[in-house]
Amino acid sequence: MSTLDPADVFRQEAQELLEQLEQALLDLEHAPDDADLINSAFRALHTVKGSGAMFGFDAVASFTHHVETAFDLVRKGKVPPSRDLIAVTLAAKDHMRQLIEAPDLAEAADGAVILQTLKQVVGDPSASAVAEAPRELAAQVHAPVDATWRIRFRLGRDAMAMGTNPLLLLDELRGLGVATVVARTDGVPPLEDMTPTDCHLAWDVVLTTSQPRAVIEEVFMFVIDDMELSIDPITVSGEGGRIGEILVDRGDVAQGAVDAAVAAQMPLGTLLVKSGEVSPDTLAAALAEQQHLRAGATSGAGAAAGPDGAKLGGAKAVSRGTDSIRVPAERLDELMDRVGELVIVQSRLSQVAASGADAEVKAIAEEIERLAHELRDATMSVRTVPIGSLFGRFRRMVHDLADELGKRIELVTLGEETELDKTVIERLNDPLIHLIRNAIDHGLETPDGRREAGKPAAGRITLTACHAGAEVMVTIGDDGRGLDRARIQARAEDQGLIPAGAKLSDAELFQLIFQPGFSTAREVTNLSGRGVGMDVVKRAIEGLRGKIDIASTPGEGTRLTLRLPLTLAIIDGLLVRVGTGRYALPLSAVEECVELSAEEDARSRGRSFLNIRGDLVPFLRLRELFHVAEPPDRYQKAVIVSFGGQRVGLVVDQVIGNHQTVIKSLSKLHADVETFAGATILGDGAVALILDIANLVKLGMAYENRFKAAS
Amino acid sequence: MTAWKSGKPLEVLTLGLQGEVFALEAAHVREILDLVPVTGVPNSQPFVGGLINVRGKVVPLADLRLKFGMDLQPPTIDTRIVVTEVMIDGAPVIVGLRADKVYEITQVPASALEETPRIGMRWRPEYIRCIAKRGAEFIAVLDLERIFSGADARDEAANPSQRTAA
Repeated sequence: MSTLDPADVFRQEAQELLEQLEQALLDLEHAPDDADLINSAFRALHTVKGSGAMFGFDAVASFTHHVETAFDLVRKGKVPPSRDLIAVTLAAKDHMRQLIEAPDLAEAADGAVILQTLKQVVGDPSASAVAEAPRELAAQVHAPVDATWRIRFRLGRDAMAMGTNPLLLLDELRGLGVATVVARTDGVPPLEDMTPTDCHLAWDVVLTTSQPRAVIEEVFMFVIDDMELSIDPITVSGEGGRIGEILVDRGDVAQGAVDAAVAAQMPLGTLLVKSGEVSPDTLAAALAEQQHLRAGATSGAGAAAGPDGAKLGGAKAVSRGTDSIRVPAERLDELMDRVGELVIVQSRLSQVAASGADAEVKAIAEEIERLAHELRDATMSVRTVPIGSLFGRFRRMVHDLADELGKRIELVTLGEETELDKTVIERLNDPLIHLIRNAIDHGLETPDGRREAGKPAAGRITLTACHAGAEVMVTIGDDGRGLDRARIQARAEDQGLIPAGAKLSDAELFQLIFQPGFSTAREVTNLSGRGVGMDVVKRAIEGLRGKIDIASTPGEGTRLTLRLPLTLAIIDGLLVRVGTGRYALPLSAVEECVELSAEEDARSRGRSFLNIRGDLVPFLRLRELFHVAEPPDRYQKAVIVSFGGQRVGLVVDQVIGNHQTVIKSLSKLHADVETFAGATILGDGAVALILDIANLVKLGMAYENRFKAAS
Repeated sequence: MTAWKSGKPLEVLTLGLQGEVFALEAAHVREILDLVPVTGVPNSQPFVGGLINVRGKVVPLADLRLKFGMDLQPPTIDTRIVVTEVMIDGAPVIVGLRADKVYEITQVPASALEETPRIGMRWRPEYIRCIAKRGAEFIAVLDLERIFSGADARDEAANPSQRTAA
């Protein structure tokens, strides 16, 4: 903890909370009755406020307080979550973000305006009539009856030095319902041993409240790690129970001691104190509890047992959010590195075991291989996050763009639970923003245009993610006008990208829109049409070793499919040999391996094309590309790889086989070498280079085009 | 700017390249290895034409002899790889340096350090940080950051005029 700047921790936390808030708000737009969403939004606000105050973001805290108050009314069902309310809360969320990230730039006036609007929206009397239904729902969420809880807590010694104010905690508890608070001073040491800044007191609180246990726990959420806390429901019999029962129930005294005291026929409490079984303080606390319960019983509050009887024993046993932990990304990278090294050593072991004759060693090597693979998969899954976190960001953008362009847009997201490497997700953000903007701006027609075409006025953007083998497919679809084949062809001919009258397949033609400077937009808008971007998108996706496919039907819409590898760290590779050098290439790019027959080899001196089942595929001799001096093997092999729908044969001396390839990036000193995407370490400890398929295919295409131009 | 100007002795590693003795600041040096199998990187600059495996890390291997226009002799039993950490364009990069021989780590008192003369040098003066006097010997202390920095990363082979000047 001490190494982190608490303010940074808060910023990070707040960012997630604000995202959660935005999610909930946008969902509420479609499901205004969903009490879970309302609660989720409220919780986010509440926590931002609480943490903000704690970490000294006072402006954030006080601003959020007002928003929280307004939302509390929604939660209680007094105000419906209307569109206006959601809109103003979204604005408030943006303001909060600004207050947190760049407080100097935040305009206090903006905040005031937002709060003013918020008050108007919330205070709208016409709204209260509609509020019946949500109220019912809200009632279901909270515990329907009052329950009485015994809350006993002792803060950590240094709690006050850490900035916790016990009084505030107690006030917050009082705010939840009827509370009786007793301080227990038995922990206070003699004066000469006392450190005045330490917290020696403990408190017993008996609280009758309609709030569920979680709300009580929430009071302690910032201190729960360093305190003793128990929250137990109190079952009351008749008029509040006898002091002996209470003491036993509280665990302050054994049943035997009570029985003995009862037998002695004296005022029980006094007796127990006298015999040293309980301290006067404990007794006072128990008496107060008795008092509280009696008051409750007589006033007819009918305190029932709490909704769950489980003991919140120990401080750390239960706290919010223990089902996930926050870990710095570097540590995961480090873990991945170690696993990578393990995989390398393991393949070395397998190699040694396979060449030996010892069956036992082989069995062990196989076992380790299995474990290493499982460990690799587990580690990779730790690094993955659901893509929903990314999709969520676009909902706001689509919402805003729809307003700006005067189009009605419905965003449908599917497969949000699909998991991808965190780095990949981060790097997908910008390309996806661009593609969605494009789809909205170019793809979707105006509402009028859509009506003429017989489509619903609201355009639909679909974001889909799913796993397909070792790849993840992310699709951005729209139901707009589709790509204009003729216009793309004309523009490409204008720009000299293709020869006039060239006959291209749809896939080939559509790939042209990724050319730098290519735009068919008639007018340049704020959003797109400048012809900058699609090439950047393509490069970003290729940087992730991904591909983009385009499918489009005129009048029905366009679908862009991004195919991305699951992880950037380890791939299945194919190991080949060229001369004495060994090279790895991603197995996912390999289509097939064929032998280059002697006559094909000889015949193709002039024109390097292979006949693969009737298709002409250009090939590159890696020996020539790498200036290999050793004589070639007698039988040359060609590995057919594909990239972006184009195929190239890579001629090698030998195809060695599959290899678990842990990708290590090349240093800056080799940034100028384009044919390699990285390096890996082989089983025998040697380094092998990983071929950059995208670049090799490009080289092959350049070769093919030269050939086409020459013929 | 430089440690030796502050009056403190400079700790250096002395190594041999083609019979000449050079020195590296010991602060750059991470470890010294025997020669390991080197993987050539086709189409890279010959000066950094190889990759080696240093305990699970892929590290570029540089041959300073190419930087100083020396003849390349096959490795001997004395050939070592000095693994160094060099700041390249503001970020630390681990680089292996091939040395024909590694002598010792030694301290050179500040009084024995002199600025690189601009003329009369056999090597390009910008690659030399300072000159250390040891007895009758003069040892050039290499400026690794300059040697590897982007603009100067060309190797001498591509720059024959410089070689003749040397």
